[in-house]
Amino acid sequence: MTFHPLGDSALIVDFADESSDRERLLARALSVVEALEGANIPGVIDVTSAYESVALFFEPGRIEGDVEEKIRALVAQAGVRGGRKARRIEIPVCYDDEFALDLARVASQTFLTGDAIIALHSSSEYTVACVGFVPGFPFLAGLSEKLRVPRLESPRTKVPAGSVAIANAQAGIYPFESPGGWNVIGRTPLHLFDANAQSPALLQPGDRVRFRRITRQEFETSFKENWK
Amino acid sequence: MIASVISAGFQDTVQDCGRVGFRKFGLTAGGALDSVSLRLANLVVGNPECVAGLECTSGRLQLQFDCERLMSWAGGEFEVQVGKELVPSLHCARVSAEAILEISPKRAGRIWLAISGGIDAQEILGSRSTDLRAHFGGWQGRALRDGDELPLGSESKLCLRIRAALLERVSDWSAPRFVSGRRFLRVIRGKNWDDDIGAKLLTQKFRVAMNSDRMGLRLEGSEMVSTNPPELVSEAVAPGTIQLPRSGAAVVLLGDCQTIGGYPKIAHVITVDLGYAAQLQPLDEVRFELMELEQARDLLRERERDIALFRAGLEARFG
Repeated sequence: MTFHPLGDSALIVDFADESSDRERLLARALSVVEALEGANIPGVIDVTSAYESVALFFEPGRIEGDVEEKIRALVAQAGVRGGRKARRIEIPVCYDDEFALDLARVASQTFLTGDAIIALHSSSEYTVACVGFVPGFPFLAGLSEKLRVPRLESPRTKVPAGSVAIANAQAGIYPFESPGGWNVIGRTPLHLFDANAQSPALLQPGDRVRFRRITRQEFETSFKENWK
Repeated sequence: MIASVISAGFQDTVQDCGRVGFRKFGLTAGGALDSVSLRLANLVVGNPECVAGLECTSGRLQLQFDCERLMSWAGGEFEVQVGKELVPSLHCARVSAEAILEISPKRAGRIWLAISGGIDAQEILGSRSTDLRAHFGGWQGRALRDGDELPLGSESKLCLRIRAALLERVSDWSAPRFVSGRRFLRVIRGKNWDDDIGAKLLTQKFRVAMNSDRMGLRLEGSEMVSTNPPELVSEAVAPGTIQLPRSGAAVVLLGDCQTIGGYPKIAHVITVDLGYAAQLQPLDEVRFELMELEQARDLLRERERDIALFRAGLEARFG
């Protein structure tokens, strides 16, 4: 475990030196974030996790000299398995041409047919590694090796809300219309971020996700329900 | 109790001290990019320091209240007038019902405006700040438009006492300025600092690019080609983080930045200089100066102590 200051008011605790197994590092980060959130460390206002690290944010001027020792002890105790059981969430996706803006591109790069790409994408189980980029955007680990394609050379200025996309080893979903450079292969009718909901992001770090193929008609019905 | 927007500026938003504690959902704190300016302006009118005010960017803003209120402002080079009278920054001014409060830039920049009682926008996830990317919070999740009618909150006892003691339209006292007009930002080393890149960062002049916004200042004029591995594992970033994409054009992240990023983090602007970073405008020149982490933390504690002292002095005088 190594500590890195993230500016003068935040710290990153990095576990990359503990293992070369990415899945294990992610599990470690998730269990540590849970332990740190529960510890109510004085001055800490936010704790987040990423692939192989966690970050702690402090009130201005509230990082105290001995806090690193305190965190070190909590992190050591946290181990790898958190107490929380992973939630399993299914995301319906319509892969019709109108929504799958880059399916042809992915097909030409992977030498797979559109149907094969959809079958591979919707048969894996993914883990939400972290949520970020924009509010509610899940970074999903677990994409099939056969679907690994680079980002677009030049990002789109507008990716439609709900776009389901892949880039390199990751899968993701755009909660809002926003700029973006991932390969869009479908669209979900679900609302991924709702500031007025008790839990504003549909997906949270540690959740397990599967994609389910739906028809255009199912998409329309579900879209109307979710985006009232 | 309404503030009517007679004429909105280019990007005026309702902001408080930010939305804290939701990074795991991908929400950065946001809020006033220079929170110290907002906090001081709030204190001057007798508000608790983090109630919602306005962040005004370039353009001209005209407001009219339907009841008498106090106002104060802080930030860049602007002219703020109540009726025909100029109000200097960090002074307290009385705005009578129906009077016009007008804010116009002398040069482009940002300022923060506090009104006694604050802007009573709906609190969402613990904050009244506008999140322009996720389209919620503040006033209908967007920048102000002509004709908007913003509800004002009720004034504290301190507001009423300050108002009673204010004999002229503008106070003959003011809050101290904590943001200096220096043309350099102090930084500490980041996780991916290396001496070659560092030397370039510290010796070159940069220019703020036109496409800078509340997410970050994009720097141009001097490029730094990174010797770091191009693909790092994504991890947390924060306001102040200086990221170096492969293009070699560095970005200084500001309050609305993303929560995680994969580019090398070469340095971090210290928190006490973030307010100044937030006041920089496209085409402004910027330089960087290195400082040690402990010094940065000392400066931050000192600043928080100075704000607390001003608050205590104000309460002693009017409380």
